[in-house]
Amino acid sequence: MADEDKTTDGKKPASLLGQPLRVINVGLERFAEDLAAHGTTVQHVRWAPPAGGDARLADLLSKLGS
Amino acid sequence: MEKIEKANTEALRRLLAGDPVLVDVVPAGEAIEGLGKHHILHAGPPIGWERMCGPLRGAIMGIAVFEGWANDLKDGAAKAEAGAFRFEPNHDYGAVGPMTGMTTQGQPVLVVENRTFGNRAYCAINEGLGKVMRFGGNDAEVLARLAWLRDTLGPALGRAIRETGGIPLKPIIARGLTMGDEMHQRNVACSSLLLRILAPWLARTSKDSEALARCLDFIGKNDQFFLNVAMTVGKALTDPARGIEGSSLVTAMCRNGTDFGIRVSGVGDTWFTAPVEMPVGLYFPGYTANDANPDMGDSAIVETVGLGAFAMAAAPAVVGFIGAGPASGAARFTRSMGEITAGNNPEWAIAMLDGLGVPTGIDIRLVVETGIVPNINTGIAHRRPGMGQVGAGIVKAPMLCFTQALEAFAAKLGVVY
Repeated sequence: MADEDKTTDGKKPASLLGQPLRVINVGLERFAEDLAAHGTTVQHVRWAPPAGGDARLADLLSKLGS
Repeated sequence: MEKIEKANTEALRRLLAGDPVLVDVVPAGEAIEGLGKHHILHAGPPIGWERMCGPLRGAIMGIAVFEGWANDLKDGAAKAEAGAFRFEPNHDYGAVGPMTGMTTQGQPVLVVENRTFGNRAYCAINEGLGKVMRFGGNDAEVLARLAWLRDTLGPALGRAIRETGGIPLKPIIARGLTMGDEMHQRNVACSSLLLRILAPWLARTSKDSEALARCLDFIGKNDQFFLNVAMTVGKALTDPARGIEGSSLVTAMCRNGTDFGIRVSGVGDTWFTAPVEMPVGLYFPGYTANDANPDMGDSAIVETVGLGAFAMAAAPAVVGFIGAGPASGAARFTRSMGEITAGNNPEWAIAMLDGLGVPTGIDIRLVVETGIVPNINTGIAHRRPGMGQVGAGIVKAPMLCFTQALEAFAAKLGVVY
Protein backbone atom coordinates (compact mmCIF):
# COMPACT_ATOMS: atom_id res chain seq x y z
CA MET A 1 0.00 0.00 0.00
CA ALA A 2 1.45 3.37 -1.04
CA ASP A 3 1.75 6.12 1.58
CA GLU A 4 -0.79 8.28 -0.21
CA ASP A 5 -3.44 5.56 0.34
CA LYS A 6 -3.12 5.85 4.12
CA THR A 7 -5.19 8.21 6.25
CA THR A 8 -3.46 10.88 8.34
CA ASP A 9 -3.36 8.60 11.36
CA GLY A 10 -1.57 5.99 9.28
CA LYS A 11 -4.44 3.50 9.29
CA LYS A 12 -5.75 1.86 6.15
CA PRO A 13 -9.20 3.22 5.17
CA ALA A 14 -12.14 0.79 5.19
CA SER A 15 -12.99 -0.60 1.80
CA LEU A 16 -15.95 1.22 0.26
CA LEU A 17 -17.33 -1.94 -1.28
CA GLY A 18 -16.77 -4.07 1.78
CA GLN A 19 -19.67 -2.58 3.72
CA PRO A 20 -23.30 -1.68 3.02
CA LEU A 21 -23.59 1.38 0.80
CA ARG A 22 -25.17 4.57 2.13
CA VAL A 23 -25.64 7.07 -0.65
CA ILE A 24 -26.30 10.80 -0.79
CA ASN A 25 -27.80 11.59 -4.17
CA VAL A 26 -27.74 15.19 -5.41
CA GLY A 27 -29.80 16.41 -8.34
CA LEU A 28 -31.65 13.85 -10.42
CA GLU A 29 -34.13 12.11 -8.13
CA ARG A 30 -34.49 9.13 -10.45
CA PHE A 31 -31.02 7.92 -9.48
CA ALA A 32 -32.11 7.89 -5.84
CA GLU A 33 -35.32 6.06 -6.70
CA ASP A 34 -33.42 3.36 -8.61
CA LEU A 35 -30.98 2.84 -5.75
CA ALA A 36 -33.79 2.71 -3.22
CA ALA A 37 -35.63 0.17 -5.37
CA HIS A 38 -32.57 -2.08 -5.07
CA GLY A 39 -32.52 -1.79 -1.30
CA THR A 40 -29.74 0.78 -0.98
CA THR A 41 -30.00 3.34 1.79
CA VAL A 42 -30.18 6.67 -0.02
CA GLN A 43 -30.80 10.25 1.00
CA HIS A 44 -31.87 12.45 -1.86
CA VAL A 45 -30.91 16.12 -1.96
CA ARG A 46 -33.04 18.12 -4.35
CA TRP A 47 -30.83 20.50 -6.26
CA ALA A 48 -30.94 22.24 -9.60
CA PRO A 49 -28.92 25.07 -11.04
CA PRO A 50 -30.44 28.48 -10.17
CA ALA A 51 -33.18 29.54 -12.62
CA GLY A 52 -32.91 26.18 -14.36
CA GLY A 53 -29.52 27.15 -15.74
CA ASP A 54 -30.71 30.35 -17.43
CA ALA A 55 -27.60 32.56 -17.07
CA ARG A 56 -29.49 35.81 -17.62
CA LEU A 57 -32.09 35.14 -14.93
CA ALA A 58 -29.44 33.74 -12.60
CA ASP A 59 -27.50 36.99 -12.97
CA LEU A 60 -30.61 39.04 -12.21
CA LEU A 61 -31.31 36.89 -9.16
CA SER A 62 -27.81 37.36 -7.83
CA LYS A 63 -28.16 41.15 -8.20
CA LEU A 64 -31.54 40.99 -6.44
CA GLY A 65 -29.98 39.23 -3.50
CA SER A 66 -31.48 35.82 -4.01
CA MET B 1 -30.44 43.32 -1.38
CA GLU B 2 -31.32 45.08 1.87
CA LYS B 3 -34.12 47.15 0.37
CA ILE B 4 -35.89 44.01 -0.84
CA GLU B 5 -35.45 42.19 2.47
CA LYS B 6 -36.91 45.15 4.38
CA ALA B 7 -39.82 45.49 1.96
CA ASN B 8 -40.56 41.77 2.12
CA THR B 9 -40.45 41.81 5.90
CA GLU B 10 -43.10 44.53 5.85
CA ALA B 11 -45.21 42.75 3.22
CA LEU B 12 -45.10 39.52 5.21
CA ARG B 13 -45.94 41.40 8.39
CA ARG B 14 -49.04 42.84 6.73
CA LEU B 15 -50.06 39.45 5.33
CA LEU B 16 -49.81 37.90 8.79
CA ALA B 17 -51.19 40.78 10.86
CA GLY B 18 -54.60 40.92 9.20
CA ASP B 19 -57.75 40.25 11.21
CA PRO B 20 -60.47 39.18 8.74
CA VAL B 21 -64.00 39.36 10.12
CA LEU B 22 -67.22 38.40 8.31
CA VAL B 23 -69.36 41.48 8.81
CA ASP B 24 -72.21 41.36 6.31
CA VAL B 25 -73.90 39.98 3.20
CA VAL B 26 -75.31 42.65 0.89
CA PRO B 27 -76.06 43.07 -2.82
CA ALA B 28 -72.82 43.56 -4.75
CA GLY B 29 -74.15 46.78 -6.27
CA GLU B 30 -74.41 48.29 -2.78
CA ALA B 31 -71.07 47.01 -1.49
CA ILE B 32 -68.76 47.47 -4.45
CA GLU B 33 -68.19 51.04 -5.51
CA GLY B 34 -68.44 51.54 -9.26
CA LEU B 35 -70.24 48.26 -9.98
CA GLY B 36 -73.28 49.11 -12.07
CA LYS B 37 -75.59 48.00 -14.82
CA HIS B 38 -74.15 45.89 -17.66
CA HIS B 39 -70.95 45.61 -15.65
CA ILE B 40 -69.62 42.07 -15.15
CA LEU B 41 -66.68 41.24 -12.92
CA HIS B 42 -65.00 37.91 -13.70
CA ALA B 43 -62.26 35.70 -12.33
CA GLY B 44 -58.66 36.03 -13.39
CA PRO B 45 -56.70 38.72 -15.15
CA PRO B 46 -58.39 40.99 -17.74
CA ILE B 47 -59.87 39.29 -20.80
CA GLY B 48 -62.28 40.21 -23.61
CA TRP B 49 -65.19 38.13 -24.90
CA GLU B 50 -63.25 37.03 -27.96
CA ARG B 51 -60.60 35.18 -25.88
CA MET B 52 -62.92 33.83 -23.18
CA CYS B 53 -63.21 30.06 -22.72
CA GLY B 54 -66.48 28.13 -22.94
CA PRO B 55 -67.46 28.04 -19.26
CA LEU B 56 -66.72 31.76 -18.80
CA ARG B 57 -68.88 32.60 -21.81
CA GLY B 58 -71.58 30.30 -20.48
CA ALA B 59 -71.57 32.05 -17.12
CA ILE B 60 -71.70 35.48 -18.74
CA MET B 61 -74.67 34.49 -20.89
CA GLY B 62 -76.40 33.18 -17.76
CA ILE B 63 -75.65 36.13 -15.52
CA ALA B 64 -76.88 38.52 -18.25
CA VAL B 65 -80.24 36.74 -18.19
CA PHE B 66 -80.24 36.65 -14.38
CA GLU B 67 -79.66 40.40 -14.17
CA GLY B 68 -82.32 41.10 -16.81
CA TRP B 69 -79.79 42.45 -19.30
CA ALA B 70 -80.61 39.76 -21.89
CA ASN B 71 -83.82 38.00 -22.89
CA ASP B 72 -82.22 34.57 -23.13
CA LEU B 73 -78.79 32.92 -23.35
CA LYS B 74 -78.50 33.48 -27.07
CA ASP B 75 -79.33 37.13 -26.64
CA GLY B 76 -76.78 37.32 -23.83
CA ALA B 77 -74.05 35.94 -26.11
CA ALA B 78 -75.00 38.32 -28.92
CA LYS B 79 -74.92 41.32 -26.59
CA ALA B 80 -71.59 40.24 -25.12
CA GLU B 81 -70.11 39.90 -28.58
CA ALA B 82 -71.51 43.30 -29.57
CA GLY B 83 -69.76 44.93 -26.60
CA ALA B 84 -72.89 45.62 -24.54
CA PHE B 85 -71.20 44.52 -21.31
CA ARG B 86 -68.17 45.88 -19.51
CA PHE B 87 -65.83 43.10 -18.37
CA GLU B 88 -63.28 43.64 -15.61
CA PRO B 89 -61.42 41.46 -13.11
CA ASN B 90 -62.89 40.98 -9.64
CA HIS B 91 -59.49 41.84 -8.22
CA ASP B 92 -59.77 45.43 -9.45
CA TYR B 93 -62.81 45.93 -7.21
CA GLY B 94 -61.66 44.30 -3.98
CA ALA B 95 -63.53 41.15 -4.96
CA VAL B 96 -62.83 37.53 -5.82
CA GLY B 97 -64.93 34.75 -7.32
CA PRO B 98 -64.41 31.00 -7.70
CA MET B 99 -64.03 29.43 -11.18
CA THR B 100 -65.87 31.77 -13.61
CA GLY B 101 -66.21 34.20 -10.71
CA MET B 102 -69.28 36.15 -11.77
CA THR B 103 -69.91 39.27 -9.69
CA THR B 104 -72.74 41.57 -10.75
CA GLN B 105 -74.84 44.19 -9.02
CA GLY B 106 -77.79 42.00 -8.07
CA GLN B 107 -75.87 39.15 -6.48
CA PRO B 108 -75.42 39.07 -2.71
CA VAL B 109 -71.78 39.16 -1.63
CA LEU B 110 -70.01 38.17 1.56
CA VAL B 111 -68.30 41.17 3.12
CA VAL B 112 -65.08 40.51 5.04
CA GLU B 113 -63.42 43.39 6.85
CA ASN B 114 -59.75 43.28 7.70
CA ARG B 115 -59.99 45.04 11.05
CA THR B 116 -56.24 45.55 11.33
CA PHE B 117 -56.02 47.63 8.16
CA GLY B 118 -59.66 48.67 7.59
CA ASN B 119 -60.03 47.30 4.04
CA ARG B 120 -62.95 45.17 2.88
CA ALA B 121 -63.18 42.26 0.42
CA TYR B 122 -66.15 40.68 -1.34
CA CYS B 123 -67.20 37.36 -2.83
CA ALA B 124 -70.52 35.89 -3.96
CA ILE B 125 -72.12 33.08 -1.93
CA ASN B 126 -71.11 29.52 -2.85
CA GLU B 127 -73.85 27.90 -4.93
CA GLY B 128 -73.21 24.31 -3.86
CA LEU B 129 -72.13 21.40 -6.03
CA GLY B 130 -73.43 20.05 -9.31
CA LYS B 131 -74.59 22.29 -12.12
CA VAL B 132 -73.67 25.79 -10.97
CA MET B 133 -72.70 29.07 -12.59
CA ARG B 134 -69.16 29.08 -11.27
CA PHE B 135 -68.52 26.06 -13.50
CA GLY B 136 -70.28 27.67 -16.46
CA GLY B 137 -73.78 26.33 -15.75
CA ASN B 138 -76.56 28.62 -16.92
CA ASP B 139 -79.85 26.71 -17.23
CA ALA B 140 -83.14 27.44 -15.44
CA GLU B 141 -82.12 25.45 -12.36
CA VAL B 142 -78.89 27.45 -12.02
CA LEU B 143 -80.67 30.79 -12.45
CA ALA B 144 -83.43 29.80 -10.00
CA ARG B 145 -80.82 28.99 -7.36
CA LEU B 146 -79.15 32.36 -7.93
CA ALA B 147 -82.53 34.04 -7.48
CA TRP B 148 -83.05 32.19 -4.18
CA LEU B 149 -79.59 33.24 -3.01
CA ARG B 150 -80.46 36.84 -3.90
CA ASP B 151 -83.97 36.88 -2.44
CA THR B 152 -83.74 34.56 0.57
CA LEU B 153 -80.34 33.26 1.70
CA GLY B 154 -78.39 36.47 1.07
CA PRO B 155 -80.73 38.70 3.08
CA ALA B 156 -81.05 36.06 5.82
CA LEU B 157 -77.28 35.80 6.15
CA GLY B 158 -76.95 39.57 6.15
CA ARG B 159 -79.45 39.95 9.01
CA ALA B 160 -77.84 37.18 11.04
CA ILE B 161 -74.24 38.26 10.52
CA ARG B 162 -74.98 41.89 11.37
CA GLU B 163 -76.53 40.72 14.65
CA THR B 164 -73.39 38.79 15.57
CA GLY B 165 -71.35 41.97 15.40
CA GLY B 166 -68.95 40.20 13.08
CA ILE B 167 -67.50 36.68 12.98
CA PRO B 168 -63.68 36.47 13.29
CA LEU B 169 -62.51 34.07 10.59
CA LYS B 170 -58.87 33.35 11.39
CA PRO B 171 -59.77 31.17 14.39
CA ILE B 172 -62.25 29.16 12.29
CA ILE B 173 -59.59 28.49 9.66
CA ALA B 174 -57.04 27.60 12.36
CA ARG B 175 -59.44 25.02 13.73
CA GLY B 176 -60.36 23.75 10.27
CA LEU B 177 -56.69 23.03 9.58
CA THR B 178 -56.71 20.68 12.57
CA MET B 179 -59.84 18.97 11.21
CA GLY B 180 -58.60 18.08 7.75
CA ASP B 181 -59.51 21.18 5.71
CA GLU B 182 -57.08 23.03 3.46
CA MET B 183 -59.78 25.58 2.48
CA HIS B 184 -59.69 24.98 -1.26
CA GLN B 185 -60.87 21.48 -2.17
CA ARG B 186 -61.92 20.58 1.38
CA ASN B 187 -64.04 22.96 3.47
CA VAL B 188 -66.30 20.51 5.27
CA ALA B 189 -64.96 21.32 8.76
CA CYS B 190 -64.98 25.10 8.37
CA SER B 191 -68.42 25.05 6.71
CA SER B 192 -69.73 23.13 9.72
CA LEU B 193 -67.96 25.38 12.24
CA LEU B 194 -69.38 28.49 10.59
CA LEU B 195 -72.87 27.01 10.48
CA ARG B 196 -72.57 26.23 14.18
CA ILE B 197 -72.01 29.94 14.82
CA LEU B 198 -74.56 31.16 12.29
CA ALA B 199 -77.48 28.84 13.07
CA PRO B 200 -78.78 30.49 16.26
CA TRP B 201 -78.46 33.96 14.73
CA LEU B 202 -80.27 32.82 11.58
CA ALA B 203 -83.02 31.46 13.82
CA ARG B 204 -83.25 34.65 15.93
CA THR B 205 -83.51 36.88 12.89
CA SER B 206 -85.90 34.73 10.86
CA LYS B 207 -89.67 35.18 10.73
CA ASP B 208 -90.29 32.26 8.37
CA SER B 209 -89.44 28.84 9.76
CA GLU B 210 -89.67 27.11 6.38
CA ALA B 211 -87.30 29.62 4.76
CA LEU B 212 -85.00 29.23 7.77
CA ALA B 213 -85.04 25.45 7.39
CA ARG B 214 -84.11 25.74 3.74
CA CYS B 215 -81.23 28.12 4.54
CA LEU B 216 -79.86 25.77 7.20
CA ASP B 217 -80.32 22.78 4.90
CA PHE B 218 -78.53 24.52 2.02
CA ILE B 219 -75.50 25.50 4.09
CA GLY B 220 -75.44 22.17 5.93
CA LYS B 221 -75.41 20.15 2.72
CA ASN B 222 -72.75 22.25 1.01
CA ASP B 223 -69.28 21.04 2.00
CA GLN B 224 -67.76 23.89 0.00
CA PHE B 225 -69.85 26.68 1.54
CA PHE B 226 -66.79 28.04 3.34
CA LEU B 227 -64.64 28.17 0.16
CA ASN B 228 -66.02 31.59 -0.79
CA VAL B 229 -65.53 32.80 2.79
CA ALA B 230 -61.90 31.62 2.74
CA MET B 231 -61.37 33.34 -0.61
CA THR B 232 -62.74 36.59 0.78
CA VAL B 233 -60.34 36.18 3.71
CA GLY B 234 -57.50 35.73 1.23
CA LYS B 235 -58.40 38.91 -0.62
CA ALA B 236 -58.84 40.88 2.61
CA LEU B 237 -55.41 39.72 3.82
CA THR B 238 -53.48 40.31 0.60
CA ASP B 239 -54.77 43.76 -0.38
CA PRO B 240 -52.89 45.60 2.41
CA ALA B 241 -49.65 44.00 1.17
CA ARG B 242 -50.03 45.56 -2.31
CA GLY B 243 -47.82 48.37 -3.53
CA ILE B 244 -44.87 48.06 -1.15
CA GLU B 245 -41.88 49.41 -3.05
CA GLY B 246 -39.12 46.83 -3.25
CA SER B 247 -41.25 43.83 -2.23
CA SER B 248 -40.98 40.71 -4.39
CA LEU B 249 -43.91 38.96 -2.71
CA VAL B 250 -46.96 37.85 -4.69
CA THR B 251 -50.24 39.58 -3.77
CA ALA B 252 -52.58 37.76 -6.16
CA MET B 253 -52.74 34.63 -8.30
CA CYS B 254 -55.78 33.95 -10.46
CA ARG B 255 -56.96 32.41 -13.74
CA ASN B 256 -59.72 33.09 -16.24
CA GLY B 257 -59.64 29.78 -18.11
CA THR B 258 -57.36 31.25 -20.77
CA ASP B 259 -54.63 33.11 -18.87
CA PHE B 260 -53.01 32.72 -15.48
CA GLY B 261 -52.10 36.03 -13.84
CA ILE B 262 -50.07 37.16 -10.85
CA ARG B 263 -49.48 40.49 -9.17
CA VAL B 264 -46.37 41.38 -7.20
CA SER B 265 -46.35 43.90 -4.37
CA GLY B 266 -43.41 45.96 -5.63
CA VAL B 267 -44.70 46.20 -9.20
CA GLY B 268 -48.05 47.81 -8.46
CA ASP B 269 -51.15 46.39 -10.08
CA THR B 270 -49.52 45.12 -13.26
CA TRP B 271 -50.69 41.62 -14.27
CA PHE B 272 -48.05 39.16 -15.38
CA THR B 273 -49.84 36.56 -17.45
CA ALA B 274 -49.15 33.33 -19.30
CA PRO B 275 -51.36 30.62 -20.81
CA VAL B 276 -53.07 28.76 -18.00
CA GLU B 277 -52.31 25.07 -17.61
CA MET B 278 -54.62 22.07 -17.56
CA PRO B 279 -55.21 20.60 -14.11
CA VAL B 280 -54.06 17.04 -13.50
CA GLY B 281 -56.64 15.18 -11.49
CA LEU B 282 -59.56 12.82 -11.25
CA TYR B 283 -62.75 13.00 -13.28
CA PHE B 284 -66.34 12.26 -12.32
CA PRO B 285 -67.80 9.09 -13.93
CA GLY B 286 -68.43 9.59 -17.64
CA TYR B 287 -65.86 12.39 -18.08
CA THR B 288 -62.21 12.45 -19.16
CA ALA B 289 -59.44 14.98 -19.65
CA ASN B 290 -60.85 15.58 -23.15
CA ASP B 291 -63.86 17.26 -21.53
CA ALA B 292 -61.81 19.55 -19.29
CA ASN B 293 -61.29 23.27 -19.56
CA PRO B 294 -57.92 24.77 -18.59
CA ASP B 295 -57.82 26.01 -15.02
CA MET B 296 -59.89 28.97 -13.87
CA GLY B 297 -60.95 31.07 -10.88
CA ASP B 298 -59.77 33.59 -8.30
CA SER B 299 -59.66 30.79 -5.74
CA ALA B 300 -55.85 30.66 -5.92
CA ILE B 301 -56.02 33.61 -3.52
CA VAL B 302 -56.21 30.95 -0.79
CA GLU B 303 -52.85 29.54 -1.91
CA THR B 304 -51.53 33.13 -1.94
CA VAL B 305 -52.12 33.27 1.83
CA GLY B 306 -50.78 29.77 2.53
CA LEU B 307 -53.92 27.65 2.31
CA GLY B 308 -55.07 25.18 -0.36
CA ALA B 309 -52.16 23.19 -1.80
CA PHE B 310 -49.79 25.11 0.50
CA ALA B 311 -51.61 23.60 3.50
CA MET B 312 -51.94 20.13 1.99
CA ALA B 313 -50.20 18.53 4.99
CA ALA B 314 -53.30 19.41 7.02
CA ALA B 315 -55.63 17.70 4.58
CA PRO B 316 -54.30 14.29 3.51
CA ALA B 317 -57.75 13.23 2.31
CA VAL B 318 -57.58 15.92 -0.37
CA VAL B 319 -54.49 14.37 -1.94
CA GLY B 320 -56.44 11.29 -2.97
CA PHE B 321 -59.55 13.27 -3.97
CA ILE B 322 -57.60 15.33 -6.48
CA GLY B 323 -55.48 12.42 -7.69
CA ALA B 324 -52.17 13.84 -6.44
CA GLY B 325 -50.75 10.58 -5.11
CA PRO B 326 -50.92 8.81 -1.74
CA ALA B 327 -52.29 10.64 1.28
CA SER B 328 -49.00 9.95 3.06
CA GLY B 329 -47.37 12.36 0.61
CA ALA B 330 -49.44 15.36 1.76
CA ALA B 331 -46.61 16.90 3.77
CA ARG B 332 -44.36 16.90 0.71
CA PHE B 333 -46.60 19.51 -0.98
CA THR B 334 -46.47 21.86 2.00
CA ARG B 335 -42.71 21.46 2.48
CA SER B 336 -42.15 22.12 -1.20
CA MET B 337 -44.16 25.34 -1.05
CA GLY B 338 -42.09 26.30 1.99
CA GLU B 339 -39.10 26.61 -0.32
CA ILE B 340 -40.67 29.51 -2.23
CA THR B 341 -42.22 31.47 0.62
CA ALA B 342 -40.86 34.18 2.91
CA GLY B 343 -42.19 32.74 6.16
CA ASN B 344 -44.85 30.79 8.01
CA ASN B 345 -48.12 31.80 9.59
CA PRO B 346 -48.00 30.83 13.28
CA GLU B 347 -51.76 31.38 13.60
CA TRP B 348 -52.47 28.66 11.03
CA ALA B 349 -50.45 25.75 12.35
CA ILE B 350 -50.39 22.25 10.90
CA ALA B 351 -50.40 19.54 13.58
CA MET B 352 -48.98 16.98 11.15
CA LEU B 353 -45.86 19.18 10.81
CA ASP B 354 -45.44 19.56 14.58
CA GLY B 355 -47.26 22.89 14.60
CA LEU B 356 -45.39 24.53 11.74
CA GLY B 357 -47.39 27.41 10.30
CA VAL B 358 -48.59 27.33 6.70
CA PRO B 359 -45.97 28.65 4.25
CA THR B 360 -46.85 32.26 3.45
CA GLY B 361 -45.60 35.04 1.19
CA ILE B 362 -44.62 33.67 -2.22
CA ASP B 363 -41.35 35.30 -3.28
CA ILE B 364 -40.95 35.50 -7.07
CA ARG B 365 -37.17 35.37 -6.63
CA LEU B 366 -37.40 32.01 -4.88
CA VAL B 367 -39.80 30.66 -7.52
CA VAL B 368 -37.45 31.56 -10.37
CA GLU B 369 -34.33 30.45 -8.50
CA THR B 370 -35.62 27.04 -7.44
CA GLY B 371 -37.82 26.30 -10.44
CA ILE B 372 -40.59 25.38 -7.99
CA VAL B 373 -43.88 26.99 -8.98
CA PRO B 374 -46.92 27.33 -6.70
CA ASN B 375 -49.27 24.35 -6.68
CA ILE B 376 -52.98 25.04 -6.66
CA ASN B 377 -55.77 22.65 -5.69
CA THR B 378 -58.66 23.17 -8.05
CA GLY B 379 -61.99 22.06 -9.48
CA ILE B 380 -62.18 21.18 -13.17
CA ALA B 381 -64.91 22.68 -15.37
CA HIS B 382 -66.27 21.22 -18.61
CA ARG B 383 -64.84 23.09 -21.57
CA ARG B 384 -68.27 23.70 -23.11
CA PRO B 385 -70.65 26.41 -21.83
CA GLY B 386 -73.40 25.29 -19.49
CA MET B 387 -72.01 21.86 -18.57
CA GLY B 388 -70.58 22.40 -15.08
CA GLN B 389 -67.93 20.57 -13.02
CA VAL B 390 -66.34 17.38 -14.31
CA GLY B 391 -63.56 16.73 -11.80
CA ALA B 392 -60.95 18.04 -9.36
CA GLY B 393 -57.19 18.18 -9.51
CA ILE B 394 -54.01 20.10 -9.00
CA VAL B 395 -52.47 22.66 -11.32
CA LYS B 396 -49.15 24.45 -11.42
CA ALA B 397 -48.77 28.19 -11.89
CA PRO B 398 -46.89 28.89 -15.15
CA MET B 399 -43.23 29.80 -14.60
CA LEU B 400 -43.50 32.43 -17.34
CA CYS B 401 -45.61 34.65 -15.04
CA PHE B 402 -42.78 34.66 -12.51
CA THR B 403 -39.90 35.24 -14.92
CA GLN B 404 -41.78 38.16 -16.50
CA ALA B 405 -42.54 39.56 -13.06
CA LEU B 406 -38.92 39.17 -11.98
CA GLU B 407 -37.66 41.14 -14.98
CA ALA B 408 -40.19 43.92 -14.40
CA PHE B 409 -39.38 43.94 -10.68
CA ALA B 410 -35.67 44.22 -11.41
CA ALA B 411 -36.24 47.00 -13.93
CA LYS B 412 -38.32 48.92 -11.37
CA LEU B 413 -35.40 48.74 -8.96
CA GLY B 414 -32.98 49.82 -11.68
CA VAL B 415 -31.32 46.41 -11.75
CA VAL B 416 -30.46 45.33 -15.26
CA TYR B 417 -28.79 42.34 -16.78
